[in-house]
Amino acid sequence: MELLEVKNLSKHYKAFDLQNINFTLPKGYIMGYVGPNGSGKSTTLNLITNICKSSEGEIRINGISCEEDAVAYKEQIGYIGDEFYFPDTFKVKNIRRVLKNFYPTFSEEKFDGYLNKWKLPEKKPIKDFSRGMKVMLMFASVLSRDTKLLVLDEATNGLDPVMRTEILELLQEYVMDGERSVIFSTHILSDLEQIADYIYFIHQGRTVLYDAKDELIENYLLIKGERSAVSGELKKELIGVIDNAYGFEALLPSDKAGLLGSDFHYEKPNIDQIVVHYIKDGR
Amino acid sequence: MKIIISNQSELPIYAQIREQLKEQILNGQIPEGSTLPSIRQLAKEVGVSVITTTRAYSDLEAEGFIASMQGKGSVVLPIDNSLLKEQSLMRIEEGLTTAIETARTMGMSEEELLEIFKNLLER
Repeated sequence: MELLEVKNLSKHYKAFDLQNINFTLPKGYIMGYVGPNGSGKSTTLNLITNICKSSEGEIRINGISCEEDAVAYKEQIGYIGDEFYFPDTFKVKNIRRVLKNFYPTFSEEKFDGYLNKWKLPEKKPIKDFSRGMKVMLMFASVLSRDTKLLVLDEATNGLDPVMRTEILELLQEYVMDGERSVIFSTHILSDLEQIADYIYFIHQGRTVLYDAKDELIENYLLIKGERSAVSGELKKELIGVIDNAYGFEALLPSDKAGLLGSDFHYEKPNIDQIVVHYIKDGR
Repeated sequence: MKIIISNQSELPIYAQIREQLKEQILNGQIPEGSTLPSIRQLAKEVGVSVITTTRAYSDLEAEGFIASMQGKGSVVLPIDNSLLKEQSLMRIEEGLTTAIETARTMGMSEEELLEIFKNLLER
């Protein structure tokens, strides 16, 4: 069963076009949305959360589109961006009251459970919170509602590795019952390396790659060697050749490994390397 | 049950999980009839994606080590000896093939290679 369906999604701005984004995310899975700055990641995620309106295409969550039933659509979403969205002068108790009034499924008990667990102070104004505390407070407020889709836009930026690891565990717990899904964008691709089931990679508003993460990593080899050893046939298959004074590095589709011979060193790439070489390639 | 994922390994993560579970089933550390953690549980505990653990389990199922039973989860099956033999045979062939290929790239003769093989057998 699909939880999130995005069909032919396009959005035109003066200086930027998001073109024809298509994907589905089944229930109980995690998708990493990757690409360099300005590639259209936030635009896509903002269209999903309906912060900005779609100009073309269709988005459905559990079969419901925002046009059909905006309340039912939005209640399914929990959103966390890289900016804190509660006023600085608020204290935890003010936030609790707002959430209680706004969201029918908000559970005070769950909220207080998270506050205790992460030792978030009740009486301090938010402006005295650290970046990490603010992020955890946003997670507490989102996770204490009954949502079906978590949309995270660079939410783990500026967090230390211990906190990031804790958040990754939270996300895995979130999808555990097989009914809820997560889509998240991040610059720290090692986060995705671990837990993402699917990767959607965009660049300049266009889709570059979209696949299960495991497939993606298996489909490519990272090749290193001397430029002079590259045959004409091999050269055609290399993706994003990066030269240095003593050799080169590039991606090669795994099914072309037969062209390599013994002159090259090759290894499994990580997501970072796949992204870097594809962008270098400019396809 | 013990699973250790290595990022340095040549094997993809799903294969690492599969091989480690297989080994523990074969040496009896995970006994016949016991239930493995659910795919999602395992993914969370090990910190890998659900697709990865799904693939490890479906491989184990295809190779006859486990069966998924409605309401019970994935259960370890009795070890099938003929299956085991077939797999060991495959592993032996794989190992020997690598040796032969290496010998050929070095231009080693058949006699030399057989000599090494015999010497190793006598050890």
